[in-house]
Amino acid sequence: MTIALETTGLEKSFGGLRVARALSLRVEQGARHALIGPNGAGKTTVINLLTGVLKPNAGRILLEGHDITDLPVHARVLRGLSRTFQINQLYADLTPLETVGLAVSERLGRGGDWWRRMGTLDDVNRETAEVLASFRLLEVMNERTATLPYGKQRLLEIAVAIATRPRVLLLDEPAAGVPAGERHDILAAVAALPRDVTVLLIEHDMDLVFAFADRISVLVNGAMLVEGPPAEVARDPRVKAVYLGEAADA
Amino acid sequence: MTTLFTILFDGVAYGMLLFVLACGLAVTLGLMNFVNLAHGAFAMTGGYVCAVLVNQSGWPFFAALPLAFVASALIGAVLERALYRHLYARSHLDQVLFSVGLVFMSVAAVDYIMGSSRIFIKLPAALEGQLDFFGVGIGRYRLMIIVICGLLTLALQLILARTRFGSRLRAAVDDPRAASGLGINVPQVFALTFAFGCGLAGLGGALSAEILGLDPYFPLKFMIYFLIVVTVGGSSSITGPFLASLLLGIGDVAGKYYVPKMGPFVIYTLMIVLLIWRPNGLFGRTVAR
Amino acid sequence: MTAVSEVSSRAIARARWRPAEIAFWILVACCAFLFPSRYLIMTDIVRLALFALSLDLILGYAGIVSLGHAAFFGVGAYSAGLMALHGIITEPVIALVVAGLVAMVLGFLTSFLVIRGVDLTRLMVTLGIALLLEALAERFSNITGGSDGLQGIEMAPILGLFAFDMYGKTGFFYSLIVLFLLFLLARRIVHSPFGLSLRAIRNNPLRASAIGVPVDRRLIAVYTVAAFYAGIAGALFTQTTALASLDVFSFERSADLMLVLVIGGTGYLYGGLIGAVVFKMLQEVFSTITPQYWQFWIGLVLVVIVLVGRDRMHRWALWLPNLVIRQVAGRKAVVAVPKSDAP
Repeated sequence: MTIALETTGLEKSFGGLRVARALSLRVEQGARHALIGPNGAGKTTVINLLTGVLKPNAGRILLEGHDITDLPVHARVLRGLSRTFQINQLYADLTPLETVGLAVSERLGRGGDWWRRMGTLDDVNRETAEVLASFRLLEVMNERTATLPYGKQRLLEIAVAIATRPRVLLLDEPAAGVPAGERHDILAAVAALPRDVTVLLIEHDMDLVFAFADRISVLVNGAMLVEGPPAEVARDPRVKAVYLGEAADA
Repeated sequence: MTTLFTILFDGVAYGMLLFVLACGLAVTLGLMNFVNLAHGAFAMTGGYVCAVLVNQSGWPFFAALPLAFVASALIGAVLERALYRHLYARSHLDQVLFSVGLVFMSVAAVDYIMGSSRIFIKLPAALEGQLDFFGVGIGRYRLMIIVICGLLTLALQLILARTRFGSRLRAAVDDPRAASGLGINVPQVFALTFAFGCGLAGLGGALSAEILGLDPYFPLKFMIYFLIVVTVGGSSSITGPFLASLLLGIGDVAGKYYVPKMGPFVIYTLMIVLLIWRPNGLFGRTVAR
Repeated sequence: MTAVSEVSSRAIARARWRPAEIAFWILVACCAFLFPSRYLIMTDIVRLALFALSLDLILGYAGIVSLGHAAFFGVGAYSAGLMALHGIITEPVIALVVAGLVAMVLGFLTSFLVIRGVDLTRLMVTLGIALLLEALAERFSNITGGSDGLQGIEMAPILGLFAFDMYGKTGFFYSLIVLFLLFLLARRIVHSPFGLSLRAIRNNPLRASAIGVPVDRRLIAVYTVAAFYAGIAGALFTQTTALASLDVFSFERSADLMLVLVIGGTGYLYGGLIGAVVFKMLQEVFSTITPQYWQFWIGLVLVVIVLVGRDRMHRWALWLPNLVIRQVAGRKAVVAVPKSDAP
């Protein structure tokens, strides 16, 4: 199996606080990999390191064998590493059409085009329509994002990430805060992601993780505790201790 | 060699004056992240209050100085409660527009009341002329400025380090949210600090009439200097702005002496280079969050 | 209709000319012919509108707060003045473009300083650059004429055909045409993929980069374009008044410009144009009340606008036009400043 995303010995500290310790992670091509951990384990830090928002103090990040440690955020996206956001960070005043259109035109290298109007570029239109259709957003594409139902907004979140044609997709708690009635749509959309896209799911919800993932990594205090197939991880006494400990604290 | 000392001396006096003028701004920025471009207007107010008291009512200079402080502090307190506090949560653009508006109003108002020409404050005879100190000519007025501003700086440092109010202020600057969680009344601390900063600016304005010149355009002319002190010095302590003021004062005096033709060019270039090199200020932790 | 063609037509529809826009330009054209005695003040308005359009590109579309936009205006003004004075390029249109390009180069070079850092650093750097240029112009007074400004500029006829007249008629139509052409270009830009990415950057730069937008590069590009616009506005100033003096760089010019844009509203291109008209009218009114102290009232307007809130003020101002549109066209208002879209 080839490795889609790999980190070796990532280190990050803020002042004296070490938030990532010798973090090594290997995500196989086409995998459905989940990264779990109790609150404060450093999951958000991992995402920020992978996407380039934070620079690691040490260690490397490889995307399909290429070193991307020193690339800026947008360049990683164009190389095929995209993410979704946990809390709503969509553009409230843009429509789904514009949001997806923006992602598509950047991917196709048309983002710097200052002369032709949006909507006159055939390749951009085609891909935008494709993405909107596959996430069932066509009928609401011309409405302000802020006015969409929350479930649709979460779908748009995933749609935008897919519009960048990622090789590796980081899903950050895709179903968080979605009302039960709209939850099914999100799960279906996650399940229907193309198989050739490698998915790293960062999640709190154990039901979703065990329904979805074929491999699980457990992060505790900024370090990797266990990695393995779901059944194995579920049995692991150390994982149980961490989660029971958290439950006991809570 | 003696010119060097004179430049150094004048520069230090100038720098200390800038510090008294600008330190209120540093605290405003650090505490509420408020960009107050109208800070110079408070300094100008103090200057004019002092000038009117001395020149027209015949008050002694040293009696008028505290009044300059009080007048500016009062106006600052009123404006803070009436206007400024509504804008803390607004965008920087709004804050800039608002304070520029205040500057324009103050400039035109002072021009209307006092006329547009530069005014001088009648100084007591004891402050005029120079002392001879081992062959170095030392202006009496500047010596007084260094003494007054030096004492003020020490007093500020003591207030910040030793008093209850000082520790509350430092806590609030460090982290306003945590401070209010600890039961510190942050808006009150801020109002007091704002008024006090305005008062200091007013005092500085009165002292600076002789050196910087006092006319209705004062807030515009020196806006950039105050901003330099704050951005270069940072706003996490008063040591940063103090050192920045001294550097700016000495740099400006030396620049005007050695390369008079380049005018303020040296200072602006230095500032831009500094901001590129250290966007958060030379001594600062973070200027703006 | 297939999904693709619907996507295309919906996207294009956003860039379509609205009736209100067409009405606006017809009104402008009418003014041009209705008030032949007021060419000078109208030229002033047109110039200011172009300058404000330039600031709107960076403030309204990219969220960069600048306190020193006069830097580019001044460079454009002096470039045009020096070219005409020394007979380097005498044809006004070519000189105009060259002056714009000079400002553009400066904009490109300084953009690297401006895109760094937070709002406050940007304020300082933009203000610092304008002050620096003013100091430079003062220092090299043998070239710039110092505080007296450039004296004795004589303008050649436009395209060799239309001479500048003393009533300012040629100057006005010349300025208006330049404004209209540059407005068309700006309109084109904001409706392009590039313009869309700018809106995304202004709303949330981090998110924009996570979609693949090269944020820094886009900001450099738009800052450079805005500098070109401001340079053209400055050059128009010199060409139509035959003047260029140190005050082209002044802080008051940059600050007034912010007021113009704030009056008109940011982020929809017409803000600068409408703001320029209102600002000049206010200035006229104020200077008839108190000739020397109109700045006081300008300051008061700024303070009131901020205290009332820019959004609320625009809703009030648009209440009547929107009412008319609703009554006449029976649909929702077309003139509106997006609420949370404003920075």
